[in-house]
Amino acid sequence: MELPQRLLTGFGRTAPTRASVARPRSVEEVAGLLAAAAPRGLIARGLGSSYGDAAQCAGGLVVDCTGLPGRPRLDPETGRCAVGAGVSLDALMRALLPRGWFVPVTPGTRQVTVGGAVAADIHGKNHHVDGSLGHHVRSLTLVLPGGEVRTVTPESDPALFWATVGGMGLTGVITEAVVQCVPVETAFLRVDTERTRDLDHTLELMAATDDHHHYSVAWIDLAAGKGATGRGVLTRGRHARRDELPARRRGTPLAFAPATRLRAPGWAPPGLLNRHTVRAFNEAWYRRAPALRRNEIQGIAPFFHPLDGVRGWNALYGPRGLVQYQFVVPFGAEPVLRAVAGRLAAAGAVSFLAVLKRFGPGNPAPLSFPMPGWTLALDLPAGLGGLAALLTELDERVAGAGGRVYLAKDARLPASMLARMYPRLAEWDAARRAADPTGLLGSDLARRLSLSQEGRKP
Amino acid sequence: MKNALGTVGTVLLLGGRSEIGLAVTARLVRDGARRVVLAVRADEPPSASPSAFPFASPPAFPHAAVAALKEAGADAVHVVPFDAADPDGHAAAFRAARDRLGDVDVVIAAFGVLGSQAACERDPRAAFRSATVNFAGHVSAGLHAARLLREQGHGTLVVLSSVAGVRVRGSNLVYGAAKAGLDAFAHGLADALTGSGAHVMVVRPGFVRTRMTEGLAPAPFPATPAQVADAVAEGLRLDRRTVWVPGGLRVLFAALRLVPRPLWRRLSR
Repeated sequence: MELPQRLLTGFGRTAPTRASVARPRSVEEVAGLLAAAAPRGLIARGLGSSYGDAAQCAGGLVVDCTGLPGRPRLDPETGRCAVGAGVSLDALMRALLPRGWFVPVTPGTRQVTVGGAVAADIHGKNHHVDGSLGHHVRSLTLVLPGGEVRTVTPESDPALFWATVGGMGLTGVITEAVVQCVPVETAFLRVDTERTRDLDHTLELMAATDDHHHYSVAWIDLAAGKGATGRGVLTRGRHARRDELPARRRGTPLAFAPATRLRAPGWAPPGLLNRHTVRAFNEAWYRRAPALRRNEIQGIAPFFHPLDGVRGWNALYGPRGLVQYQFVVPFGAEPVLRAVAGRLAAAGAVSFLAVLKRFGPGNPAPLSFPMPGWTLALDLPAGLGGLAALLTELDERVAGAGGRVYLAKDARLPASMLARMYPRLAEWDAARRAADPTGLLGSDLARRLSLSQEGRKP
Repeated sequence: MKNALGTVGTVLLLGGRSEIGLAVTARLVRDGARRVVLAVRADEPPSASPSAFPFASPPAFPHAAVAALKEAGADAVHVVPFDAADPDGHAAAFRAARDRLGDVDVVIAAFGVLGSQAACERDPRAAFRSATVNFAGHVSAGLHAARLLREQGHGTLVVLSSVAGVRVRGSNLVYGAAKAGLDAFAHGLADALTGSGAHVMVVRPGFVRTRMTEGLAPAPFPATPAQVADAVAEGLRLDRRTVWVPGGLRVLFAALRLVPRPLWRRLSR
C-alpha cells in the first residue's frame, strides 16, 4: 500500500522535510516496517514535541507511534507501570493519579509520548533529586532493525538499554516501557514562590536551598536591563499530603482534570515576539509573582505544565518558527552562564521565559543530556538575524566549559560540536551499530549531526 | 540538511567557474557547509583575465578555487565534469555529486554565458549556443535537480536569473530572452515543488562586476559577487522565493515593467 507523504517539522516549526508516514496499530506492524528496506532511513515519531528535527526523516519513513496499543497497566503493589510507547504523558498521568501514583519525571509539557520521553531521556524539575527518566525505566521493549522484538533491561543488555535511553530513536523503535512510578496522596503540590533580584541572587538562592525541595525551577528574565538581568521567579515544591489540602479538596484529593486548553491563533505576524513585546511580557510575569509566598497549594498542571494551558503557542513565533537553545554547564562554570546571559542580552536575543535549573548526577546513558550543573533553556525566534553565528559562539563557550546542548531541543548544532559535547559518543555509536548494523534507522537530526551510519554516508 | 537557521551542510555548484557561484559557495562554506562539489566543463580553458574576488589570483582553476574553499572551512571539495550544453551528461554529473556529497542540501545553478549581442546578430548560431546554455541547459539541469531534491524530501535549488530577463532590452536581446525564459521556468518549478520539501530560490542580480562583465559600462545599482552571496545566504535563511540584488531593484523594476514601450526603448538603449 502506498503510504501518505507529509511535510513534517518539530515543535519549533522550522526546516520542514517530506517523508512517508506509517501509523502502525500493532507491534507486529512495526516489526513488518523494520523488516523491510528503508533506503533513506526510518525513525519513530510521537507527538512531534521535540523542538527540532529529531522525529523527521527527509525522503524516508516516519513511524507514527501514537496508534500503538498499550494502555497503562499499573501494578498497584509495586507502582511499576507498563505502558505503550505511543501513550502521552498526559494520558499516563490521567491513568495513574486516581490510583495514587505519579510519573517519576515530567517535562514542561504533558504532550509527549512515553517512547519519545525515553529516547530523549527527559528531565524535570526534580532532576537534582531523582535524575532523568532513564533512572526510573525498568525495561524497554524495542523493535530492532530486521524486525526482531526484544525486551531489554539495564541488567539483561546494559549497552543496548542505555544506548536507547537518550538515543534519539536510533537504536530501534520503542514500543513499550516499564516505569517505576512514585506514590502520591494528592494531585496537588505545596509550592514556595520567591522572586530574585538578578542572576547572581538566583544562582545563590538555588545553590543554597535547592536540596530542601523535591521540585525546583527558576524562570529568569534576560530582557531586564540595568543590573537586573537574570532576575527571576523561583518556584519550588513537593507533592502535597492530603491533610495539607483545603477542606473542600480533601474529599477528592486525586482529582486531575486539567482545564480545557485555550488555543493560540494559528497565525501570527512575523516579529510579534520581538525584544519589546518580550520585555513587556517578562516584566508582567515578574511583577505578577509574589515577592515571597510559602506553602501555596497548586495543581499539577499549573505547577508543571503552565504552557500546556495554551494549545499551539508555538505559532506565536510566526512563520519562521522558533528554536530552543538548552545547554548545561558544570557547577563551577557559573562565569560561563553569566557570560552567555550577557551575550544574549547584548545581542538583543532576549528570550521569553528562560528556564534555569540545577541538575544532579547523570545516568549511564552515553547520549543522555543531564550532568551535574546548571541548565538554561531559551526560546528564540528562528528568524532573528545573526542568530546562527551567535549560537555557534555560545556552543564554543558551552563546550569549552565541559558542557553540552540538549539534542531533543536542537535544530542547528554543527556536527563538529557533537563529540566535544558528548565525549562518550563512540561508546554510544558502538552500541547503535550493534543494534543497527545496516544503518536502517535515520533521522534529519542524525543526518545533520552525522549521528548514524545513514547520516555518515558517503 | 539545512538547519533551522538556514545553515547548510553540502553544496553542488553547477558552473564551478562562475565567480558569483563561487562567491555564494564560499559564503555558504564560511557559514558552515562542509562538503562541496564543483561541476565544471572539463575542456574549458582557464580564464585569462585576473579578478579580485573571490580568489585573489583565480584562474588556476580548479586548484585555487578548491584551496580557497578549503581555506574557508570545507572538509572536502570535489570537481566533477558538467557541460550545460550537453544534456546527455547531466544525469552522470548529478550522480557523481550525490556519490560525493550524500544529501545535496543546495544546488546552485550559476552557469551561463553573456556573449555579445553584436556577435549574436552577426552569427545567429552563436545566439543559438548562448540560448542553449542560458536557457535549455538550465531546464535540463533544473529538472535533474528537482528530481533529486524531491527524492531527498528536502533541499534548495538556487537559480541565478537576472534582471535582464525581467524586461528584455533590444540591446541585450538574446541573453535577456534566455534569462526571461529561465526565470519563468524556475518560478514554475518552484510552484511544482511546493509541498515536496524541496524549494527553488530565484536570484535576480542587476549588473554584477565580474570577469563576465569586464569592460562593460556598469548599469545603475551595480553589485559585487559578495553582495549576491550575502543575499543568497539571507534568502536561504528566510526561505525566500525571489531575491533581488541589490534589494532596491525590486522596486525599480516594478516601475520599469510599467513604462510604456516607446519610453522603454529609449531608456534601454
